[in-house]
Amino acid sequence: MSLSLVTLFLLSIMVFLGGQVLPGNVGRAILGPFADQRAVDALNHTLGVDRPLLTQYATWIWNFVRGDMGTSYIFRSPVAPFVIDALGNSMKLAAVAFVLVVPIGILGGVVAALNLNRPLDRIISLGGLSVTVLPEFVTGIILILIFGVWLRWLPISAAWPKDAGFFTQLYYLILPSLPLFLVLFGYIARMARSGMIEALDSDYTRTAVLKGLPWRTVIWRHVLRNALLPTITVIATQTGYLIGGLVVIETLFRYQGIGSLIFTAARGKDFPMLESGILTIGIVYAVATLIADFLYSVLNPRIRLGSDQ
Amino acid sequence: MSAVQTTSPTQDDTRRRSPMADVFFSLMRSRTFLVGLVIVLFWVACALFGEHFAPYDPLADDIINALAPPSSEHWFGTDQIGRDVFSRVIVGSRDILTVAPLATLLATIAGTALGLLTGYFRGIVDDVVSRILEAFMAIPVVIVALLAIVALGTSKATVIIVIGLSFAPIIARTVRSAVLAERELDYVAAAQLRHESAFHTMFVEILPNVIPPILVETTVRLGYAIFAVATLSFMGFGIQPPSPDWGLSISSNYGMIGGGFWWTVLFDALAIASLVIGVNLVADGVHGALND
Repeated sequence: MSLSLVTLFLLSIMVFLGGQVLPGNVGRAILGPFADQRAVDALNHTLGVDRPLLTQYATWIWNFVRGDMGTSYIFRSPVAPFVIDALGNSMKLAAVAFVLVVPIGILGGVVAALNLNRPLDRIISLGGLSVTVLPEFVTGIILILIFGVWLRWLPISAAWPKDAGFFTQLYYLILPSLPLFLVLFGYIARMARSGMIEALDSDYTRTAVLKGLPWRTVIWRHVLRNALLPTITVIATQTGYLIGGLVVIETLFRYQGIGSLIFTAARGKDFPMLESGILTIGIVYAVATLIADFLYSVLNPRIRLGSDQ
Repeated sequence: MSAVQTTSPTQDDTRRRSPMADVFFSLMRSRTFLVGLVIVLFWVACALFGEHFAPYDPLADDIINALAPPSSEHWFGTDQIGRDVFSRVIVGSRDILTVAPLATLLATIAGTALGLLTGYFRGIVDDVVSRILEAFMAIPVVIVALLAIVALGTSKATVIIVIGLSFAPIIARTVRSAVLAERELDYVAAAQLRHESAFHTMFVEILPNVIPPILVETTVRLGYAIFAVATLSFMGFGIQPPSPDWGLSISSNYGMIGGGFWWTVLFDALAIASLVIGVNLVADGVHGALND
């Protein structure tokens, strides 16, 4: 838990350095190379970038916590509404990917473990591993070509028509979520598989089998519960990865999420937007890690015992 | 991939180091390794000598023949300004095969030094540094790279440094855990009793013994470096035009994908896919051979 807070802190420092210190003279950047030096100084003073770094950092964080994310250089309006909108859209995309990949990934891992070293296991393990190592935009392009251009089953852009209902939105989100699905599938399936193998091999499973419990009960009650615990942690750590993937996927599919917001802000050097976008996903990551830690402790009988003492 | 378990050599006195020849022969027997090696060598050859056997100049436009579908004249068709896609795919391997290995090399050097220091000295410095590195590893490389490149401006050197430094903590972690096991062994104690300097003990005594896990981690990282460089180039923050780089070509052509011009992106995508998978097969083979 504390670790994700350290991550968040590190990220905020990096964002602060990258967005406010390294680029140099902010006033000059906004006003352009031909502006009068006095105007630049005045703007720097208004923006507060001529104050000591520590003060600037503290003010920046304090404002962010209060919901004041600054003013976009490009849109000349507050950043917060853009970030909130984009975050909502990204959540939708991430939710579709997660809802698809968690059960299917776990199922894949379980099936592979139950067919250990048989062809089905090889196909799932090798296939999962191969798609996991490919960049999302590569699998994305290939999927667009197959399902969007050749078969024409799915729209190639994630921008759905205005006032689209839930199912229309879902329909537009399937193709963008597939590359994320493919990358995550390999990780989750591999964790579930090794967790299963370990659990199947354990003493408690042997005991359960030897005392005559039906195979089905053994799998559900004894094996799965223990096998899936480490998988939960992996799923949580993958949210960090998922965020990186969103930047690429949302750009590829022209989806108005937090990833494409960061990308557009980076291209336009819109630093307030860029900083807020990155810090927001840092917070999302920290929260996801907290939830995973909590779930883990709830589901793990050993941790529960420890806290009773 | 990142969860490579580094098995430290057994601690009893009868441990025998498998000679280089052993590793070599076991690599030559590994089908995974050989298939990967062939793919990687093919692209290395393209990077080195590509322009000699590419049928066209990868940068020469030919507007009249723009967006021509694959034919006997242009095997992979032509792009929006008539450049030959086949030639571009061949020569496009060059930049990524320069930037990614250099980034990996930087990551390996920095990560090995960090891992040796934290593993050897342990204590409070190790605790603090390890926590910070761990926290840093949770930040996606794309985000770190984006921030750094926006702040510093893009160039091949920036990309190499950013990716190299982002990967260094992961290599440091692997090296550290290998060093932690090594430093309990007698030869380290002997070196310390001889009053060898800490630097000598780390880099002359311990380093040669932790080469195998470093080698495995480096090959795995190379796959990820290619992943990262290609992604950054696709987003416009990596290799810059007019390079025929694969990621860059995809980013400048995928806008027309709806028009059915599939050949302008498919071959570049397949090229990246084959290179990444090739490197990962090699990494898998090396991992297998060194852990036998």
